[in-house]
Amino acid sequence: MANLSKANAAVHPSEAEGVAREPLVLNHRSLGWITDRICGIVENRQPLIWWVLFVPSVCGFLCLLFSLVYLVSTGVGVWGMNHPVAWGWDIVNFVFWIGIGHAGTLISAILFLTRQKWRTSVNRASEAMTLIAVMCAGIFPGFHVGRFWMVWFLAPIPNSNGIWQNFKSPLLWDVFAVSTYFTVSVIFWYIGLIPDLATLRDRGKGLAKKLYGFFALGWRGGNRQWRHYEMAYLILAALSTPLVLSVHSVVSFDFATSVVPGWHTTIFPPYFVAGAIFGGFAMVLTLMLPVRKLYGLEDLITAKHIDNMAKIILLTGTIVGYAYIMELFISYYSANAFETDAFHMRILSGPYTWAYYAMFFCNVIAPQVFWFKWSRHNLWMVFIVVNFVNFGMWFERFVIIPTSLARDFLPGQWGYYSASWVEKLLFGGSFGMFMMLFLLFIRFLPVIAISEVKGVLPDSDPHYPDWKRLKEKRRVAAK
Amino acid sequence: MSNPSSSSNELFGYVAEFESASHLYHAAEKIRDAGFRRWDVHTPYPVHGMDHAMGLGKSWLSAIVLGGGITGSLTALVMQFFTQVTLYPTVVQDKPTNLFTIPAFFPVTFELTILLSAFATVIGLFSLILLPRWNHPLFNSPLFAKSTNDGFLLVIEARDPKFKREKTKELLAEIGAGKIEEVNY
Repeated sequence: MANLSKANAAVHPSEAEGVAREPLVLNHRSLGWITDRICGIVENRQPLIWWVLFVPSVCGFLCLLFSLVYLVSTGVGVWGMNHPVAWGWDIVNFVFWIGIGHAGTLISAILFLTRQKWRTSVNRASEAMTLIAVMCAGIFPGFHVGRFWMVWFLAPIPNSNGIWQNFKSPLLWDVFAVSTYFTVSVIFWYIGLIPDLATLRDRGKGLAKKLYGFFALGWRGGNRQWRHYEMAYLILAALSTPLVLSVHSVVSFDFATSVVPGWHTTIFPPYFVAGAIFGGFAMVLTLMLPVRKLYGLEDLITAKHIDNMAKIILLTGTIVGYAYIMELFISYYSANAFETDAFHMRILSGPYTWAYYAMFFCNVIAPQVFWFKWSRHNLWMVFIVVNFVNFGMWFERFVIIPTSLARDFLPGQWGYYSASWVEKLLFGGSFGMFMMLFLLFIRFLPVIAISEVKGVLPDSDPHYPDWKRLKEKRRVAAK
Repeated sequence: MSNPSSSSNELFGYVAEFESASHLYHAAEKIRDAGFRRWDVHTPYPVHGMDHAMGLGKSWLSAIVLGGGITGSLTALVMQFFTQVTLYPTVVQDKPTNLFTIPAFFPVTFELTILLSAFATVIGLFSLILLPRWNHPLFNSPLFAKSTNDGFLLVIEARDPKFKREKTKELLAEIGAGKIEEVNY
């Protein structure tokens, strides 16, 4: 027993032979190096490529504004939707963007509760992505209501007509779910930012010091603050976990509680949640692969991180594939003529079968390559596959929403829908807004949670035995 | 941070730097055992187990959050029942407009519970850690700025009943502090 405890004292459990894990921060980087590298992104000039991306993004954002002004000043008729397809690209884009947000919350909350320490390198940027994606999402249903200036009718406020909202409607649930999701995500993100803002405050000069200092709220990093802070972080993670599952479930209720064949299925909530996480992780990787390369963050976002995310994409992509096939099976097994027909037209005889196969290939077939380790470690391969997923997840929503509406109960009601230029410009513009805000986030805020990454270094554990050897290793690595 | 008040001679306390999280952890145990009350450790990240080393208990923020959550649930239920059953019963989809409407009220109740719990978390956190507070004597210390980078600092305030100008400094040096800095108000 004595020998055993002696052996344990010499080698930290994380480094013991046989159970050693790949370190989360490579090359024995020190605390100071982490601070310098991450704060450096904010403090130094941006590389040229930042401007090359920023200028077109702003142009895209202006296109978004233009298409919205055109829409409001002319009328909703400028969109291609009409009877029978009353939900088109606008709702497709809403579900697409809100789904992308989910990966950020999964990383920040669910992986926190499950003690996945690798999340610390990617959670900040993913949470920022969540917020921006939810902002993009909010535009679409907001303008879809037709009279944007009447949106306040969604809030339960006493009004002169004496009318109250219908709380039995999933559309109103959606309003509460999405607005709560956005608010809680902002809170979670900001609470996480406070210690890092204090770091920027303590390094900054002049106006930057004042501004970061203002938003750091006077954070001093004392343990008497940290202990409540850690509890707050844990509680917010515990609140966000069921919240994120509820948000996409409620989004799926918008469809599942209706009677339209192709929508009216009980599998929708888990299927939507898995799809959201799947699509969101694809977007996280799409953003983080270039950021990691451009700003020299390879020691913080390592091959291990990318490998883990690719595995989650494989898992959720396969769940989504299962849901696609289960939908087909249930439509057959239900022996309901309308259901069977809806899916028959979706995969074989309908006008949108091309969209179904595009979706199926991008979401189910393409990620299967991640079974192989070489593909998860080949960054170009990862980048290509995740972009298939981005594309495929948009198609999934397209397949579900307009194609079900285009073929409902009576052949006399059938129609064909394609988007007008205004819808296309609006969707393109929302990407401009997304990129613009994300680039501004990189410019002004730390892309990686500095204090959290420091907490996963081996010597962050006060019982780490051999910090002297570690210091020596760091000195060598620094050279 | 250049602050005119830093020139006053009234001592706020000592800031002592330690070499690593492990050193700070053991130093904290000793300060705790020496019976000090007004002291704290300042670290770039929350050090695991430090609450125990400092003799601090569990944070009771969770109780505040529970209060927020209950308020949220009740607000949502009252709002929905009052408007849907009493004030403006909407008969749609053959759903009842009485007590049995409750399943349809679950999603909004859930969301408001989460929302108000999150608000309670933020308000509770800031009240417990006494933030925002943009001005603090510690910001007068050049050494203190290291705590958000790579410094492991222990701060003992002069207000502590056990604090003695010389003796406390000796104690800090004895338990392994490197740099020790006096901070004035």
